Amino acid sequence: MPAPVQDSQLKKKARKLKDFSDGTARTRYILMAISIIGGFALWFLITLIPTINTFLASPKQVWNALLSESAANGRYFKDISISLQRVLIGFGLAFVCSIPVSFLMGWYPKVRNLVEPWIQFMRTIPPIALIPLVILAMGLGESPKYTIIFVAAFLVMVVTIYQGVKEVDKTLVKAAYTFGASDKDLFFDIVIPASFPYILVGARLGMAASLTTLIAAELTGTTFGLGARIQGAQQFMDTSIVLLGIITIGIIGFVLDKILLLIEKKLTTWK
Amino acid sequence: MEVGVPMTEKLITIKDVHKEYKVENGDNVNALNGVTLDIDKNEFVCVVGPSGCGKTTLLNIIAGLETYDSGKVTMHGQPIVGPGPDRGVIFQQYALFPWMTVRKNIEYGLKFIRKPRNVESIDESGNKTVTTVLERYDTKEKHDLANRYIKMVNLTGFENSFPKALSGGMKQRVAIARGYALNSEVLLMDEPFGALDAQTRAQLQEDLLKTWETEKKTIFFITHDVDEAVLLATRVVIMSARPGQIKEIVDIDLPYPRTQATKLDPVFMKHKNYIWETVYKMYLEIPK
Repeated sequence: MPAPVQDSQLKKKARKLKDFSDGTARTRYILMAISIIGGFALWFLITLIPTINTFLASPKQVWNALLSESAANGRYFKDISISLQRVLIGFGLAFVCSIPVSFLMGWYPKVRNLVEPWIQFMRTIPPIALIPLVILAMGLGESPKYTIIFVAAFLVMVVTIYQGVKEVDKTLVKAAYTFGASDKDLFFDIVIPASFPYILVGARLGMAASLTTLIAAELTGTTFGLGARIQGAQQFMDTSIVLLGIITIGIIGFVLDKILLLIEKKLTTWK
Repeated sequence: MEVGVPMTEKLITIKDVHKEYKVENGDNVNALNGVTLDIDKNEFVCVVGPSGCGKTTLLNIIAGLETYDSGKVTMHGQPIVGPGPDRGVIFQQYALFPWMTVRKNIEYGLKFIRKPRNVESIDESGNKTVTTVLERYDTKEKHDLANRYIKMVNLTGFENSFPKALSGGMKQRVAIARGYALNSEVLLMDEPFGALDAQTRAQLQEDLLKTWETEKKTIFFITHDVDEAVLLATRVVIMSARPGQIKEIVDIDLPYPRTQATKLDPVFMKHKNYIWETVYKMYLEIPK
């Protein structure tokens, strides 16, 4: 007779398969709150150490910097608006230009072969390296900033969108072809909607690239802008202003990305 | 048989078709080597054979999606030179446009179709002449056609769903409805049920049979499932691989309507066993 199964054996927890999901919404929000509060707490604690505080301002100092910068005589909102303007103009131009270029590259192999080596070559060059040339060509006005952001965003978006055009599901193309669709129909009815998600992904990557290039763009001689403000504060070792600028850029990036994500969700409900 | 009254009407004629591929390593693969086959109007032809026997190549050639090296492929006596709405293709991967709803997917192909309409006109001397004009479907006609075929494949209620919300079986029903709505004379089906589970597959087989029995069409159906071929087909074409050739054609003398229960019929078993053995023997002969 087999030995009776013990209660303790029954209660033994079964091993569960490793779970790669994001977890439930509740635990996600709790962990997010812990992460944010914990981050601030850690920041606060380490800036209590004087040696660290010399190069890293405390949360309180950054808060004070925010108050003084955003006061009536402060420059905070002017910096933000001028930087946003640069990002949005550079990004907008890049977006408008990258769509036809990537569709031409995706649709015509000859265009692709002619253009791709240059795109791939330029992609490895940090846009900041172009600054001397851009200043010599355009001077110190707004256009060099737009140009630097444009180059960065354009390259990222072209590569992403054209991959999307190239990788359109060939079965769909075949299906439309069997209906008797012309090349024009294929392009407008199939290729454009099929690569739509890639356009939106490209836009998000392009937006991120625009923001990261902003500091480089604002190195090209300017008084206003978040990048310029960070540069200026560095000379006075005012780390609270530097941190304020960094955090502001981060928040702007986060908000812009969320906006694009929302547009993506709205426009591609079918996905 | 009376002279001059053919029992069947030849629709597609494939005569001595050869096709070679060049594969990556430079070798030539003889995909089709002298394939000859006549397909009658409203016939249900199933093609079985080991992979690499060129059955998909043959389908693509009829569809006008691939060219061939030599031979002749005609439909109504006219050479096939490209795809057209007279030949609808149903793919294993469904090929539904994910950004279109079920209804839009079915209506989309109608955009390319012109329907004939007879126009009567009376000239000054009172003579009546009838001319046929080709015109597009208007929105209402498209809508009605889509409704009719959505109903036929039992998808009423899903008109406005996107493909992502449908199961594999439902997606393939949409594809079949699309093929029917285009009123193609021929439906070319490339392993359409290959990705479905056994129960869904059985149901779709019955549905397809019912559809075909009520609204006759010529169907050219590729499968690797011998049961499926015998259940559906009026004729089963067995192809052999390397080179791709037609090895044998088996007439399936089972009456329609057929259902899954037909599979218990001794005639069904006989054909099934025979075709299965033939295909399996060829499979074993392929060097692996």
